[in-house]
Amino acid sequence: MSEIRSSVEKRRLRGVVVITLLSSLSFLYFGFISPGKNKTTFGFVLNNEWVLIKEWIIASATGVKIFSGISLVASVLAILAYRKRRQIVFPVGVATFGILMSFITWAASGKFIPLTGLLQGALLLAVPLIFGSMSGLICERSGVINIAIEGQLLASAFVSGVVASLTHKTIWGLIAAPIAGAAISFLLATFAIKFSVDQVILGFVLNVLVIGLTDFLYKKLLVPYQSTWNTAPTFGKIELPVLSKIPVLGPIFFSQSIVVYIMFAIVASITFALFKTKWGLRTRAIGEHPTAADTVGIDVNKLRFKNVIIAGLIAGVGGAYYTVGSVGAFGKEMTAGAGFIALAALIFGKWSPIGAVFAALLFGFADNLQSTLTIIGVSIPSEFMLMVPYIATIIAVTGLVGRVRAPAADGVPYLRGGAH
Amino acid sequence: MSLELRGITKTFGSFIANDEINLRVETGQIHAILGENGAGKSTLMNIVYGLLKADSGELLVDEKIINISEPSDALSAGIGMVHQHFMLIPVFTVAENIVLGHEKTGKFGALDIETARSAIREVSKDFGFEVDPDAIVETLPVGIQQKVEIIRALIYEAKVLILDEPTAVLTPQETDELLKTMRELKAKGTSIIFITHKLREVREVADQITIIRRGKVVGAVSPQTSEGELASLMVGRTVDLAPEKIKHKVGEPILVAKDLTVRDALGNAVVKKVNFHVNEGEVLAVAGVQGNGQSELARALINLEDHVEGSILLGGNELRGKSIYASLHAGIAFIPESRELDGLVGSFSIAENLILDLHDQAPYTKGITLSAGVVLAEAEKKVKEFDIRSQSVSDAVSTLSGGNKQKVVIARELSRPVKVLVASQPTRGLDVGSIEFVHERILAERDAGRGVILFSTELDEVMALADRIAVMYRGEILDIVDSKVTREELGLLMAGVASKKASA
Repeated sequence: MSEIRSSVEKRRLRGVVVITLLSSLSFLYFGFISPGKNKTTFGFVLNNEWVLIKEWIIASATGVKIFSGISLVASVLAILAYRKRRQIVFPVGVATFGILMSFITWAASGKFIPLTGLLQGALLLAVPLIFGSMSGLICERSGVINIAIEGQLLASAFVSGVVASLTHKTIWGLIAAPIAGAAISFLLATFAIKFSVDQVILGFVLNVLVIGLTDFLYKKLLVPYQSTWNTAPTFGKIELPVLSKIPVLGPIFFSQSIVVYIMFAIVASITFALFKTKWGLRTRAIGEHPTAADTVGIDVNKLRFKNVIIAGLIAGVGGAYYTVGSVGAFGKEMTAGAGFIALAALIFGKWSPIGAVFAALLFGFADNLQSTLTIIGVSIPSEFMLMVPYIATIIAVTGLVGRVRAPAADGVPYLRGGAH
Repeated sequence: MSLELRGITKTFGSFIANDEINLRVETGQIHAILGENGAGKSTLMNIVYGLLKADSGELLVDEKIINISEPSDALSAGIGMVHQHFMLIPVFTVAENIVLGHEKTGKFGALDIETARSAIREVSKDFGFEVDPDAIVETLPVGIQQKVEIIRALIYEAKVLILDEPTAVLTPQETDELLKTMRELKAKGTSIIFITHKLREVREVADQITIIRRGKVVGAVSPQTSEGELASLMVGRTVDLAPEKIKHKVGEPILVAKDLTVRDALGNAVVKKVNFHVNEGEVLAVAGVQGNGQSELARALINLEDHVEGSILLGGNELRGKSIYASLHAGIAFIPESRELDGLVGSFSIAENLILDLHDQAPYTKGITLSAGVVLAEAEKKVKEFDIRSQSVSDAVSTLSGGNKQKVVIARELSRPVKVLVASQPTRGLDVGSIEFVHERILAERDAGRGVILFSTELDEVMALADRIAVMYRGEILDIVDSKVTREELGLLMAGVASKKASA
């Protein structure tokens, strides 16, 4: 029976094969067939960290051989781990890192790569994705599919921008944004839970509604009366004492706006609450087997309603990041599909908070790598570079994600005695 | 604690599920509620447990009227329930399941699981259960999952315990264990409402029996009442519990399965290298507790499964790997496990359902068009022959009762030249009258010299119809025994204990 593999094993095998192939390809192509001719410079300093790491200059071809070598070794380790039926996540992660680094070293031959900046940018691009995926997480763990993350982000970005412009206070923008997110949630919850409307269609309709509404107001209000309606101030960076001075990590994680710190707090609280509290136990229960939860006296639909609203509040903070958290002014459809990428991050992260955060960071990194390489003038058409995040997603989803199982009652309205 | 129901009435639209039901359960009594499928037993219990709201009537606990509109009301009144479909979260641990709904919290709102753990250990010790508080529920056998439900009710101090069809999913040995637990509970003063349609268990354990038919109480009798009397009260007329089986000569092997292995989509073998054959004029019953590979084996016989290894020879011709169409037309008739899902197209008419398999052949089709007249005429004939009760053959099949639906399936499957009849749980969910009819048809096929493979989890059915019995356990056929085997021996086999006797 051992020659027949279960689908989980097949998936792991596929992951190992893909990563080994990519390692070998990167070793051969970047290292030998088309090696970079110049030196690549990596920058590590962004602010005024305590220890200033010097720039690191290496011949592109040598760097590629080193990094690809690392990924080849890691691939072999992954194969061994697979053979012994051990976890392959760590070696595969190292191999992926090696491949990425060889690609960067090769692509930036003769150029300067600000590595710390690259990572910091990745985190910043991941911020709305993380807020969005946390919103999706809370909804879907309670059994309500949330396709409307995009709408929640966009609506709250708009509201926070407008409120902050009118009041000239960033804080009012930050307070108003979650309310806007929760308003979208209220519509979602009312129709999905009270009236059992198909949740996918409903979410989609909500997105279209928000896009239409914000486009209209943007055109009729924000553009003609920009000075009153669309000049939101932004939060400054808060440098955490001591922590922000740590080399490399400091500027990435501890020299950020308040919104990013709120994000850290939210992710930590959700992780704790979902698995260690009464609320979390009940939330997971109503997403898996609502009838069972009902029979032990839990009001399924009330808790679902509450959770969908909480999810809206969280997505709302993420929306504020677009305006008061970063650029200030609202732009037409400025979320640009982040809500859907957040949904992908949630699934890629297997409906776990930490998993979703890592997935969002990966997407953010791929996105930022693309724009960084375009800026420093790498000779790859930018259209191809734009595809990188999505190709990374496909490879990751087919090869590396283990068993993916959504909450069993995800998207199924709960009606008591529905079996009758 | 005593529980009394007075005049409980519940209707769904024009259908009266419960009609003025009166019932009294005394302290420390095992009170059986007996009735056919659809008689209204589960509706009644869902009302007591607060999952449904009665249209009228009242509930009394210890002579005092109480109001139960939510399960939490029932729980706080001391009423616990073990549902037919377990109310456990499959991905949670045993302890998490028990805590759910009654959570205690400590610092920062952190859950207290430890108290539940020790409570589970304590109750397990009292009753001799072996339940690991940290096991994930979906990995546990159903017998243990049921114990988890009982433990939960006990931890939350249920004084009245409702057991809804608790033995449906158990092996005979697990059933015996459950009956023993019920007696222990009773000795400790717990009142039990035991819902079932199995006469033997009722007579064995109940102190008082209430019989419900079509939503009404039709009798309150003592457990000394004979099985025949109980059955006729349940059905409303005298029933023949054991169909007559004429002895006759068995012919040559007609279907032979060799080293048959079936795998699920994940590649796990659910049927493992089974070997068996069925002779002409013989009923081979495949017995076993639900979920031991019988469904997959039955489906594999007509090539409904995707990953099958080995060989299926019908009259010497290999069928494995052929299309379903080829299997059906080679002479296999198939009664699927779920008539609604796999046997019929609900929105199609009776006439259309009767020709699903032959619609592309003469005389039903001419060129590219169906001959509507022929289809209707043939349908009229079948309806008479199989006593399918309906207004018209043009009615949607979904409007029929379960028994009549099954008759449509059987009529269709027997309208082809048949060599072997494969029947998978053919009487599941049927009323006693329809069961009689199905049993007669199965024996008629056998007497006409066809091979019959009957998959059934009902021990009584297997014993009544089979000439030989194959017992499946975890995907293997443990043994094939003749029909003179005792219930106990069969029970042991179904629990996975292989008999020492050589195969018959």
